[in-house]
Amino acid sequence: MSYTRIVWAHLAKDLRLEWRSKDAINGMLFFSLLVVVLFSFAFDPTMAVSRQIAGGILWVALLFASTTALNQTWTRELRHQVLDAQRMAPSPASALFLGKVLANFLFVTMIQVVLGPLFIIFYNLHALGQGWWMAVVLPLGTLALVVNGTFFAALSLRTRNREMLLPLILFPVSIPALLAMVQSTSAILTGESDPGLWINMLAGYDIIFMTLCLLLFETILNAE
Amino acid sequence: MRSRPYRGKYLDGANASPASQTQRTFRILQRVHPAANVIELREVSKLYGTFAALRKITAEFHTGNSYVILGPNGAGKSTLLRNLAGLTRPSFGTMTILGSGEVSEVRSRIGYLGHDSMLYDELTAMENLRYSASLYQGETLSSGRWTPEQSLAMVGLDPALNRPVGKFSQGMRQRASLARALMAKPDLLLLDEPFSNVDLASSAQMLHVLNQLRAAGNTILLTTHQPDLARPIADCFCTMEAGQIVSMEYFPPSNAPAGMRSAAGLRA
Amino acid sequence: MKRTLQFGLPIALGILAIGFYQAMYVAPVEATMGEIYRIFYYHVPSNTMGLLFPFLNFAASAVYLFTRRSNPSLAQAADALALASAEVALVFLTIGLATGMLWAKPVWGIWWTWDPRLTSCLVLWLIYVSYLLLRRFTAGGQTQTLAAVLSVFAAVDVPIVYMSIRWWRTQHPSPVFFGGPGAGIDPHMWPAVLWNLTGWFLWGVMLVTLRYQLERKRQRVERKSALNALEAEPQMTP
Repeated sequence: MSYTRIVWAHLAKDLRLEWRSKDAINGMLFFSLLVVVLFSFAFDPTMAVSRQIAGGILWVALLFASTTALNQTWTRELRHQVLDAQRMAPSPASALFLGKVLANFLFVTMIQVVLGPLFIIFYNLHALGQGWWMAVVLPLGTLALVVNGTFFAALSLRTRNREMLLPLILFPVSIPALLAMVQSTSAILTGESDPGLWINMLAGYDIIFMTLCLLLFETILNAE
Repeated sequence: MRSRPYRGKYLDGANASPASQTQRTFRILQRVHPAANVIELREVSKLYGTFAALRKITAEFHTGNSYVILGPNGAGKSTLLRNLAGLTRPSFGTMTILGSGEVSEVRSRIGYLGHDSMLYDELTAMENLRYSASLYQGETLSSGRWTPEQSLAMVGLDPALNRPVGKFSQGMRQRASLARALMAKPDLLLLDEPFSNVDLASSAQMLHVLNQLRAAGNTILLTTHQPDLARPIADCFCTMEAGQIVSMEYFPPSNAPAGMRSAAGLRA
Repeated sequence: MKRTLQFGLPIALGILAIGFYQAMYVAPVEATMGEIYRIFYYHVPSNTMGLLFPFLNFAASAVYLFTRRSNPSLAQAADALALASAEVALVFLTIGLATGMLWAKPVWGIWWTWDPRLTSCLVLWLIYVSYLLLRRFTAGGQTQTLAAVLSVFAAVDVPIVYMSIRWWRTQHPSPVFFGGPGAGIDPHMWPAVLWNLTGWFLWGVMLVTLRYQLERKRQRVERKSALNALEAEPQMTP
């Protein structure tokens, strides 16, 4: 299918660029590591408490880290006016967006792969609930962050103070998703409640906002 | 190409240039072929806040001609090209490009080369062009397309060159950009300062390519600060000042490519 | 604008005066909370308006997005309305949150609690702050489009935020409207509620109209100065 091939072209290009420059990954990785270390100074990571707050810290760390990377994600296209070439091409704008989302999704997932074990070590964690549910929550949560993040990064692309604006518009809209991520993670770690409701909500959030972003991306790409 | 009714505005001096014999002959030719305008601008203005980058430009650009746009910095040359490419929209006025009133409909038939390279520094020229080509796939073009290899060869770059564009000289980078812009065989080629900071050999190579395209009947608009350099490929010098086209000076058709000359039935 | 003030101001103020009288002197004292509960006659209308005007903002934004190419003058009017309703919604939400806190301190003993209903109001407030910030940070012809897109996002987001009410335990009193059996208020309180709702509604409509007219005026001035710049003698660059 032609659309898939175009998405793949965008994705492959982004992966290749990242492979050669390693801008996003390195920054994100170190940043989220710092957040985890700093938070363990702020909150005493003893066994009993850590389980309650670990979910929040994990997602806040990932949220901050992906914000720093998302700010860079379109700068790359802007640097040598490549975005203008993409805007003139006859391929659908939503494919460009989808490629970007998938690339960012992979980057954040890679961060999680590194961060996850560290997190377990620093906070002495072992899940009391169904640990394998994390394999569902993490991708769903990441997708929620990345879909809206990529969209709003494109939205704030041609504004003043764009690095500052992105979190200001991304965080309020993402609150329900963040709530669901933290609640489901805490439920899994403490084993006190069922994460099912929050996981469903997260999945619904992903579907709704992915659709919305795909529909509206063309509009913001040619906003003027 | 959808043709629009000819409005017969050629002789009212909108272009404010001295009408030479040649020009008149060209205009008569245009009358016979009403669809021969690749671009028609009516009172096109572009405002940034209260700064008028373009002011009420009414002009026509004929198919198959190549226009060299001259003028001081800030005259609106780049803004004009960006509007023609559909990257920005005019604040007032109407544009008809390649027979369409909505540039986005014909955007894929326009080749645009901006101030910047429009290429990724980290990728090789070949990778850049392959990526660009993949965005044009599925689009059926009457004239077909050039492959990335052909396109690079045209501008005198080796497709096997395994060096990222960021490490290219300015001349090589600009040639690679040109290769990208013309890969989809655009009917209309818009080039913004293609020769700035480019070595002589590269400019010569680019001029050679542009001359070929002109001979093949493509329309070219290019801005430059070096009129002498662009003179060999120019059918018309178009001068802009303070957001307006102040003169359009067509050259005698001896300068025009052979195909055009015979079609016009002219004797130099 | 003058006419809006001439007609709108006396009517709105008149009804608000009746509302004040009803709320302070006519309505009975609440059984458990005492006199303090009377702030509820301002809290409920403010929050109702704070939830009402976002709908107007969304509708106007949608009209803007659909007509921005085909009918620019209608789109401009829609955008002015979107801006006006967003600002007025933010004012009402702020009042709603503030009166809520004033009420919560004596009744619950705390200024704020992370109850979902309070939280969703706060999130709505945050979203509209970010909406207005976006409008402030963007320049040129894209402000309106980007703001309209964000408004659509807000409209989709708010119901999702609101759903959490049903999923979290709440300490908020049951909703006045559609709260199900056991919820609701004494019938003698209704006149005060309705007068205040009507009064604040008219007040809000008046504010939106004034703000709308102001924005339209600004658009006209901007357009005029743009046209002047176009007509002015071009400055030759040296």
